[in-house]
Amino acid sequence: MKKILFVEDETALQKAFGTILKDKGYEVISAFDGETGLKLAKEEKPNLILLDLILPKAHGFEVLKKLKEEKETQQIPVIILTNLEDMENVGKALELGAMSYLIKAKYSLEEVLEKIKKALGEI
Amino acid sequence: MGIVMIGVISAVYGIGLHYLNDPQAIALIVLFLTAALFIITFVITQSFEKTAEANRLKSEFVSIVTHQLRSPLTSLSWAIEALISGELGKVDEKQLEYLKILKENNDRMGELVQDLITVTKVEDGSQFKNKELVSLETLAKNLVFKFQPFLQASNIELKMKIDDNLPQVLTVANQIKIVLENLIDNAIHYAKSKDGRKGLIEILLHKKEKNIQFEIKDNGLGIPKEDQKFIFQKFFRSQNVRETQPYGSGLGLFITKSIITKLGGKIGFKSEEGKGTTFWFILSIK
Repeated sequence: MKKILFVEDETALQKAFGTILKDKGYEVISAFDGETGLKLAKEEKPNLILLDLILPKAHGFEVLKKLKEEKETQQIPVIILTNLEDMENVGKALELGAMSYLIKAKYSLEEVLEKIKKALGEI
Repeated sequence: MGIVMIGVISAVYGIGLHYLNDPQAIALIVLFLTAALFIITFVITQSFEKTAEANRLKSEFVSIVTHQLRSPLTSLSWAIEALISGELGKVDEKQLEYLKILKENNDRMGELVQDLITVTKVEDGSQFKNKELVSLETLAKNLVFKFQPFLQASNIELKMKIDDNLPQVLTVANQIKIVLENLIDNAIHYAKSKDGRKGLIEILLHKKEKNIQFEIKDNGLGIPKEDQKFIFQKFFRSQNVRETQPYGSGLGLFITKSIITKLGGKIGFKSEEGKGTTFWFILSIK
């Protein structure tokens, strides 16, 4: 079973999307802030990280930067899942090593699930 | 402001010299006037600063509110989508009907939030810094392609007439895309007239001296004469439009005009109720 770390501070989204991912057959690990996200990434070695940007304790970019610096986590693909839509943020995320940048409000569930499957090499 | 003050004081001094013989009286008048002008300048500067600060706070507030609204809306949208797909359990016809109503309303709320975000960004001017050469022809054609399913579903024919070798425009591509999207979307919504005529939309792109003019003409509802002066106002929706399209934020044309104005262009329209509307905008090539 593939493991997904979902770093998102919005409880409702954690519950709704986390449940959907579990129903799709993934193991979901939840982190509600940046620091915990980073810690769980090192401990659990997930196959994929879904990372929000505006997070308590550590901003998504800080988490992404550290993930890509650490040898043990730098190979894990990271998808940014946020509602910040400025081009500057998109550029910065890709520069720091994110695999893709998805604006939550502009993607349907189906589209996001497809991106996740692609990132996990399932399609 | 300083130049104005020096000018006014010099003028008063000159007039005083001409009409008054007492140098002390002239000096007193000039002194009094200088003090008055300083006070006026101070009050005006303060009020400008206060207005600027209020605008900045308003933009910041709207930005935070809209971003905070987006997350729960996304949760709702994805959860409803999961239910509709039937993958979480069988959904009967009645339940599906209600879920679709929920989804439709959630999407509407999402669109309104998106419009508010666009308004905030247009008003704070942060999105107008990076200009590049943009082909309006390519942008318009790509958008028309995107809207094809809606055109077909609404039985609307769309014709395009574009000048050969149309030059590119030095502008902000993603902002012009919003403008074109709004104008095409409006034309599609309102081209459907009450009497069941087939909808027709014509898009014209041509060079006019040192400018490019874009025009979009529909044979739809038209705008009632009494509503025409309000058409670019924030949240305004024409009465005849409310009857056929009950939902809409009323922000589309406000956003469109604000963007064209910020890009240094001009926008306008002509319309006749029951016959149709033509919206146009002009942008300088360089």
